[in-house]
Amino acid sequence: MSNTFKGGIHPFGGKELTKDKPIQELKPSGELVFPVSQHAGAPATPVVKAGDAVLAGQVIAEASSAVSANIHSSVSGTVKKVEMRPLPTGGKAMSIVIENDGEYREAEFVPSDPENLTKEEILQKIRAAGIVGMGGAGFPVDQKLSPEESDSIKYLVVNGAECEPYLTSDYRVMLDTTDELIGGIKIALKLMPNAKAVIGVEDNKPEAIKAINGKIAGDPRISCVPVKTKYPQGSDRTLIYATTGMKIKSTAHSNEYGVVVSNVTSLYNVYEAVVKGRPLTRRTVTVSGDDISNPGNFRVYLGTAFQELLDAAGGTVQDPEKFINGGTMMGFAMYDLSAPITKTSGALLALKKDEVSSHPTGPCISCASCVSVCPMQLMPNKLAKLADKGNTEEFEKNYGSYCIECGCCSYVCPARIPLKQSIKATKKAIKAAKRRERQVARS
Amino acid sequence: MSLLKVSESPHVRGRKSTQTIMRDVLIALTPGAIFGIYNFGVNALIRLLVGVFVCIAIEAIYQAAMKKKVTVSDLSAAVTGLLLGMNLPSEFPIWMEVVGCAFAIIVVKQLFGGLGQNFMNPALGARCFLMLAYTAQMTNYVMDGVSSPTPLAFLKPGGEAVGDPSLWDMFFGSVNGVIGETSVIFLMAGAVYLLVRREISPKIPFIYIGVFAGMVFLLTPGHNFDFMYMLKEVCGGGLILGAFFMATDYVTSPTTPNGKILFAVALGVITFIFRMFGGSAEGVSYAIIFCNILVPFIEKVTIPKPFGWEKQKKEAKGHE
Repeated sequence: MSNTFKGGIHPFGGKELTKDKPIQELKPSGELVFPVSQHAGAPATPVVKAGDAVLAGQVIAEASSAVSANIHSSVSGTVKKVEMRPLPTGGKAMSIVIENDGEYREAEFVPSDPENLTKEEILQKIRAAGIVGMGGAGFPVDQKLSPEESDSIKYLVVNGAECEPYLTSDYRVMLDTTDELIGGIKIALKLMPNAKAVIGVEDNKPEAIKAINGKIAGDPRISCVPVKTKYPQGSDRTLIYATTGMKIKSTAHSNEYGVVVSNVTSLYNVYEAVVKGRPLTRRTVTVSGDDISNPGNFRVYLGTAFQELLDAAGGTVQDPEKFINGGTMMGFAMYDLSAPITKTSGALLALKKDEVSSHPTGPCISCASCVSVCPMQLMPNKLAKLADKGNTEEFEKNYGSYCIECGCCSYVCPARIPLKQSIKATKKAIKAAKRRERQVARS
Repeated sequence: MSLLKVSESPHVRGRKSTQTIMRDVLIALTPGAIFGIYNFGVNALIRLLVGVFVCIAIEAIYQAAMKKKVTVSDLSAAVTGLLLGMNLPSEFPIWMEVVGCAFAIIVVKQLFGGLGQNFMNPALGARCFLMLAYTAQMTNYVMDGVSSPTPLAFLKPGGEAVGDPSLWDMFFGSVNGVIGETSVIFLMAGAVYLLVRREISPKIPFIYIGVFAGMVFLLTPGHNFDFMYMLKEVCGGGLILGAFFMATDYVTSPTTPNGKILFAVALGVITFIFRMFGGSAEGVSYAIIFCNILVPFIEKVTIPKPFGWEKQKKEAKGHE
């Protein structure tokens, strides 16, 4: 096994800025905003109304279907209103706005010993805590950890690759809360009795690998695999391949192949939920970029405005050209810092210069750079041309739906063609058209 | 606060641009071009300069006349001009060279939509055009003031065996031919630069030369299993220049990984046939433009299967 995958890129990492900054706690001062849709799947249903008093850790919106997640208030205070508010990923969503009373009175959390719990009880606790995939996808973790045939799961791949530039929040979780992380992995392994856990960590984080190895020595079910530092090493498919040697196509569910993938921060929260009974109300966020005065890692109460986080890091050095929620490869450009930190916000970056708008687009010279970096071995050059022509049929025949939207193609393109952007838009359009077809067929 | 920029991810870009790639190709061609000037004198220098500057000028004038954005700063016209100059004999009439530049830039490149849209290499297209239009001048190879045949003409099966050049001369380049093709060692120095900078994939040149050399070694009438003969065929004519600098032209070679292999094999086979059984001792230019035309078909049959594909036999059926 080569501990890596074919293709990929080496973008500027920027992790030096924050990797050695321990997690600081950030107490919010302003109002807190909780969008009911901050996970994959159906939006949660609000269960509070304006004027209600809430405690920290109290459910304020309930999961509305199997693929959905509870949302808890992160502070104690009063519900001000329920209204549309901007999301950090663009657009707006129904959100519960809470006035913080500054007392942080907590709802009652019931600790338990996972040894005495049944599988169903463990899953119930994870579900109640509202834990979703914190690497960015936001898929409810209880759904992930309860595949149909849990006995047939061979591998729990624990994603500690953190290949996204600038981000060090997973790194700090691995380093500062190693025990809780391993505890979370052990709980997940209880749910999948025949599985082995492999923790994939990029080899640019030797301290994290060392810390983990120190805690798992002698445990036959858990191992730590250093993987090559290369983007997108932390994507499901590439990480599964690098750690287990299994090639799973991107259009299938990995659990059909006996593999479940979960992020380290998600598993840390599984431990908090099951052992301490604490719901997901805080997360670690990296504040970084060449325009941040004091880059660092913060433990933030969910619902805190990005602006408060920026202020906590000393603000910007000069007027930035770009703010990003997430990393430089897959993050979302922000235009409104009043948007709140959500369960999937891993970072806030401020960049002095926007590389995208300073590079004009030219014609494709067929250099095939995009083909050679595509980790899914697709032909982004061809797919983007088909996408721009609106030829969805040929787009699908050329495996357009296999794209994982990592952006390597756009990164390397010497003509600066927004390849991934075209492909993503067309993938979305095809998905929407299929959904419409199904709806028509049903009615 | 000034206005923020908002765009879809990724928010960073790599260092390479079309311009830096073209610049690297120009740098890589320089050793071979300088050797050409050393070998053929000031006439060669003039041909190279005319090629570069006339191509740039024609592209700029054409784009301005057509009210298009003038894009000569991407250096692609300069590469075409230098390659065209390197593909001419040193005494070639300059006005004919200007005609060749116009053909390369206007007919082969701009009429098909400009950079990235041409289906054959502009410099090679022009060389073949000049070969047909001005055959006598294009095959008049003058060295040290005397017109003489090229090494390949000696090597051609049935050709005269007199004056057979030494392998060392062919490797170093002190032989007759077009300006930029003679020195294997200087061309290779540039090729290594392109390979190290990862501007070209090693697949096309090495497979091309390998297949060609293998066929020469095994199948040449009268020279089977003649290792020396094979080496001379590899070092002679435009093979090294063509394999590393023209067959690898992005626009006119396949972008699929297996397509590159197929393309290179086809080049090797066709070059062998042209050189051994064709009317001329040369075959590389025609082989490359012939294979350029095959590229869309080669790409069509070599679309790669995505990651994790093999395991899904059922779905494979559905797509084929």
